[in-house]
This record gives sequence, structure tokens and C-alpha cells, in this order.
Amino acid sequence: MSRPGRDDAPDRLYTLTGGRTKAGPDAPFDLVTLVVAESGPAPGMQSEHATILRLCEAPTAVVELAAELRLPVGITRVLLTDLLAAGRISARHPRTATAQSLLDPDMLEQVLVGLRNL
Amino acid sequence: MDSVTSDPAASESPAESPAAPQGPAASHSHAAASESPATSEDPAEDVASGPLRTLRTDADNGLKIVVVGGFGVGKTTLVRSVSEIRPPNTEEAMAQAGAVVDDLTGVTGKSATTVAFDFGRISLDEHNALYLFGAPGQERFWFLCDRLFSGTLGAVVLVDTRRIDDSWYAIDRLEHHGTPFIVARNDFGGPAHTPEQIRDALDLDPRVPLIDCDARSRASSKQVLITLVEHLKTLYAPRPPEPAL
Repeated sequence: MSRPGRDDAPDRLYTLTGGRTKAGPDAPFDLVTLVVAESGPAPGMQSEHATILRLCEAPTAVVELAAELRLPVGITRVLLTDLLAAGRISARHPRTATAQSLLDPDMLEQVLVGLRNL
Repeated sequence: MDSVTSDPAASESPAESPAAPQGPAASHSHAAASESPATSEDPAEDVASGPLRTLRTDADNGLKIVVVGGFGVGKTTLVRSVSEIRPPNTEEAMAQAGAVVDDLTGVTGKSATTVAFDFGRISLDEHNALYLFGAPGQERFWFLCDRLFSGTLGAVVLVDTRRIDDSWYAIDRLEHHGTPFIVARNDFGGPAHTPEQIRDALDLDPRVPLIDCDARSRASSKQVLITLVEHLKTLYAPRPPEPAL
């Protein structure tokens, strides 16, 4: 099966998103936002949408989805915005994305513990 | 500059590297915007190739650490040394791509320009998943780093002392950005420089930790991350109350 790849012409990617290049101002998808499918693929669904739903049965970060789809992150975000609007996925946003100056010391401790346990 | 040219192939494995299977030069590509996948013999090889290992269903907090440095300095190697997954590289479109594509009449090859970056993942506990991003530090790729840095915990500047000037721009931008960082010298077995020499060459703030590492070693790379997070803890620790005057 041929998937759109990084060497394809730009119009291929453009087609995937119906011409949209940005996910919109309220698009909540950070690179590490974890995406979870709320439903399985449905017949007639755009194949990229269906692939995303299969990939994120368990929580999966946006960057992982982009890598698996072999699509640029920006394009992936647009596709995710569609799925979110349709209620087919939910998004778990990073708790650090907005208030870096308020990084929770407890969370840093959790990170440290996790790293030491590696 | 005190960076000295030497043949990387002549580098020796640092002592703490567990039976490093290859010369460091072998895993570092100077080729294009993506560092080519390292040889298949690095320590992370048996961790995960093929399908992604999935996170636990309770995972709800993605964390970011960025590893920045010039080409061939070992970003990819470090990320893979500690990552539990081996995803394909992914890419981000150039900053101006959106504007170009929005104007249909102006569609040019420019809009297809992308920069590859690689990443890895460490599941810390049932809720937290740490993602590592390797990002090229050169000026022309900085738009990508700027995006990666938003919301990041902090950054590791990976330095090769033979090409130390590759790091100047990255450090300058991190300071400007207010992103906390540490500097890790990847040991390529070149001539030894004292920490003072390196700090001097980088014009490094004395409060920024500087450590040595071997990016091929999982233990060493893990220690780099621990050093960064410990540094973050001191930065964000509640300050003791000022003595009343």
C-alpha cells in the first residue's frame, strides 16, 4: 500500500487536508498531546483518519502518529482536528505546555524517580 | 578556537561504555537535514524495532526534553540509547510553508521543504511519558527548535569539543528563550579539555551544569537526563524566604 511520504509533491499533502495547512487557532495538539481513539474506523472514512484511529487505540502522542503516518506534523494536526471535532478521538494535553514557569516540583520528582528506575 | 581537528575514527571508546560495538564516527552522519539512522548495532537495538510499543491506558501527560546540537554530535544516538521505541524520523514543514500553500497561485517547491527530526520515548510511570527530541541546532533550522521548545521541560545541548562553535547559536537561543538547559560533552576521544576550557569556549553561565557523556551508553545518557531534571528542580525549588531586614 502506498502512503504519502516526504518525497511526494506538496499537492499530495494539500489534498489530504482539503487544502488546510493549519489546524486552527484553538487546535490543542502539542507534539506530545496523547491521543486516544474513541471509536474504530468507519466505512467510507478517509484512509488517513482510519489509520489514525487504528494507531491510537492506546494513548499515542501526536509526534508518534505523524511518524507512523509518515506525514509532517502540521498535516497530522489537521487530520486530528477533524477527528476531534467528530468526537472520534479524545486528547490528553500535557500539563506543562502552557505554564512553564509553574512547573510542579512534585511532577519533576516523579520524572526523576522514573528516570532513575530505568 | 580551541576545537581541534582529529580523525573521529581514531576515537577510543570511553571506559564506561558497555562494549561499544562501533566507532563513534560510524553512527554520525553529516549528510542532510535528517541524521541518517544510526547503525543497527547501538545499545537500543533490542529495545523496539517494528511496531510501536504502546503506552499504558492511563498515560495522560506527555513531557518533552529537547536534545540540541550540530550534525554528527550524537543527538540521534543519545535519544536511541534511552528510548523504548524506535520510530521512523518525522518531520515538520518549514515555517513559511503554510503561507505559501495558502496561496494556490504561489505553490512552489518551497512549500515541500521539511526538516526531519527524531524522537524517542520513555514511559516514566503510569501517567507520565517523556519524549525526547533531537533537533539540529544550526541557525537555519531554528524555527523547528522554537516550536519544540514551547512547553518543554528543558534542553540538553550536546557538544563535540572538536566543533564547539556548532553550539554557540543553540545556547544563545536557549538563553534568549528562557529554556533551562545543561551542556553535555559527548566524548569522541579527542584531546581532553578541562571543564573550564569548555565553559570558557561556550561562554557558559556558571550555574549551567556541564557534564561528560557517552551518547552510545544507556547509563550515561540516562545520567544526562537525570542531571537536567535535577538542575530543573533547583531552578524551580521554592526559594527560602528572604531574611527580614
